[in-house]
Amino acid sequence: MPDLEQTAKESSEQSHEGGRHFVRFTREQRYLHAVLFTTFLGLAATGLPMRFSDSFWARKFAAGVGGFGAIIFFHKFFAVILTLAFAIHLKDIFTRAFVHREKGIFWGPTSMVANWKDAKDLVGHLRWFVGLGPKPQFERYAYWEKFDYWAVFWGMIVIGFSGYAMWFAPFFAHFLPGWALNAVLVIHSEEGLLAILFIFSIHFVNTHLRPDSFPMDMVVFTGVESEEEFKTKRALEYERLAKQGKLEARAAGKAPLWLVNFSKVAGFTAILIGLILLALTLSAYFGGGAG
Amino acid sequence: MKIASSIALAMVASALLFAAPLARSQASSDCLACHADAGLQDASGHGVSVDGQKFGTSIHGSLECANCHADKKGYPHPEKKTPVKCETCHADQAAGLAGSVHSNAAEHPCTSCHGNAHEIFPKSDPRSAVYPLNVPKTCGTCHGTEGMAKKHGLASVYPLYVDSIHGYALSKEGLLVAANCQSCHGSHHILSRKDPASPTNKANVPATCGTCHAGITNDYMGGVHGKAVAKGHKDAPVCSDCHTAHSIEQPTADAFRMQSTPICGSCHKDKFSTYRDTFHSQLGSLGGYVETARCWDCHGAHEILPASDPRSPVAPANLVKTCGRCHAGANASFVQYQPHANARNRKLNPALYYVRLFMNLLLAGTLGFFMIHTILWLIRSRYQQIKTKSKNGGKNA
Repeated sequence: MPDLEQTAKESSEQSHEGGRHFVRFTREQRYLHAVLFTTFLGLAATGLPMRFSDSFWARKFAAGVGGFGAIIFFHKFFAVILTLAFAIHLKDIFTRAFVHREKGIFWGPTSMVANWKDAKDLVGHLRWFVGLGPKPQFERYAYWEKFDYWAVFWGMIVIGFSGYAMWFAPFFAHFLPGWALNAVLVIHSEEGLLAILFIFSIHFVNTHLRPDSFPMDMVVFTGVESEEEFKTKRALEYERLAKQGKLEARAAGKAPLWLVNFSKVAGFTAILIGLILLALTLSAYFGGGAG
Repeated sequence: MKIASSIALAMVASALLFAAPLARSQASSDCLACHADAGLQDASGHGVSVDGQKFGTSIHGSLECANCHADKKGYPHPEKKTPVKCETCHADQAAGLAGSVHSNAAEHPCTSCHGNAHEIFPKSDPRSAVYPLNVPKTCGTCHGTEGMAKKHGLASVYPLYVDSIHGYALSKEGLLVAANCQSCHGSHHILSRKDPASPTNKANVPATCGTCHAGITNDYMGGVHGKAVAKGHKDAPVCSDCHTAHSIEQPTADAFRMQSTPICGSCHKDKFSTYRDTFHSQLGSLGGYVETARCWDCHGAHEILPASDPRSPVAPANLVKTCGRCHAGANASFVQYQPHANARNRKLNPALYYVRLFMNLLLAGTLGFFMIHTILWLIRSRYQQIKTKSKNGGKNA
């Protein structure tokens, strides 16, 4: 991947203390994740009071941020930012695949597209959980990471479309039947709820809180990971790069301390906000009976 | 001769004309010789002083003391207190009072509302306790206290009234036409609202409010609620069911808009429940955002008509206009939106039902699978970690 090698080149001038490190994410990918999780937290924090408007905290929160007009304003504001980020991502994929004719976007070991190995990995992983087989080895993106990506991708389209259909309902009514205007709220709120519950419980645990990454996998903030981490988590990618002689091109310096500290603050804040929102959601869902 | 007799006649006439007042003041002066003493008390310690100045200007100022205090014609008079009988002159009022909630004369003497017997003024006089602007305070002396409310099982209504739109108009704006207690309850012949003859009896409320709000009452009587009430349906709401009786608020105020939907919903439970599933309600039930459609924004408030009536704002032909009041650009397809759709009802809203079912299965399926996946993973990883005595990850930065 030329982008990753480019990033490695840029950061290789930094110190090599603390063992060898390798680039996993480009700067653009890290920024995309940052914009994604910031706007997602904003959308969740402003969307949940609307979904559970009869819960005790929704009214207090609404009053706290300046009434309901403010909540809907910020919800739309974050939505527009996230839509722009999604559009930039799509344009990026398009350019890499069709303009630069970069290989491995839609198939192969570095692609986000699911393949037969992912199915085998899922079964193998589940067998390993219960002690029925060896732990599978993963390529650049493991099956749960691909699922996370496509879940967001699908969610962007579904939540985005249904959201804009509500925002500009009279316009969408030109080509949508009347009942669809009822359906978009159900779709928007259920899919949003799924995204919130998934990210704040499953993504947090799978990616950050499980023992292999505890308390937080910082690679998405710093872009680099240690050689040991690389080898254990993505053995197949490491071996493939070593075989192809491309490993050195991905080597980079350890992330600077300020970036690590900044990442910790940002990451833990996000996780904390997420967990609070998760607790409020669950309390409203099971306590308020608004399901 | 003719002139002389004319003069004589005039003198007799003026003598007759002035004789009475002169005699009255003479007699009153006699009484006041003692009773003007502000500290004067009878044997049992009751104050028996009279402010002659005020009495003279009061509505009863032209009367002799003995007209009311019939047992005390001269001096010395008996010490014994004999009750003054107002009904001797005010027979109509006394008759009204007799059948009313205030019929117990010992608990509700005339003076409890009209004030000091020697300082009673006509109700058009601002000094009168029953002057329109003073009525709420007068009634409030009893009906504004917890003790009174408890004793008779009544609400402490005075504070509610004072903060209401009527109370505000009366006390802050000084509007004589603003409804005070007696505008709705009457004055002497006040009846319990349970009494069919009472102006505050449910069946009579529209007419009572209509004495001022004639236009609104007219609209109301043409709507479904008014027609139902006219037919004798006791459950149909009258004015006070939605606006309350005493704490009536400005209906366009945020506070009233916020509380209005549950009021309609207390009868229209199914409509309320489906409304609550919609964006109108989700947005609207949070404070500070009151623009979203409430019941009456679409259905009207007083002349509520069924959708089958072509004059109704929710009649199919009028929906584009009704929805368009908020949603600029609403078209025929837009108004197919169902503000009371029930996603849980397969027969009424099949498309919505299956959309919701699909979304719920997607949610439950995805979360269910990954919940098991993640929990198993956590247990296995922790087991592996303890077995190999390895440290936590996350130090890879």
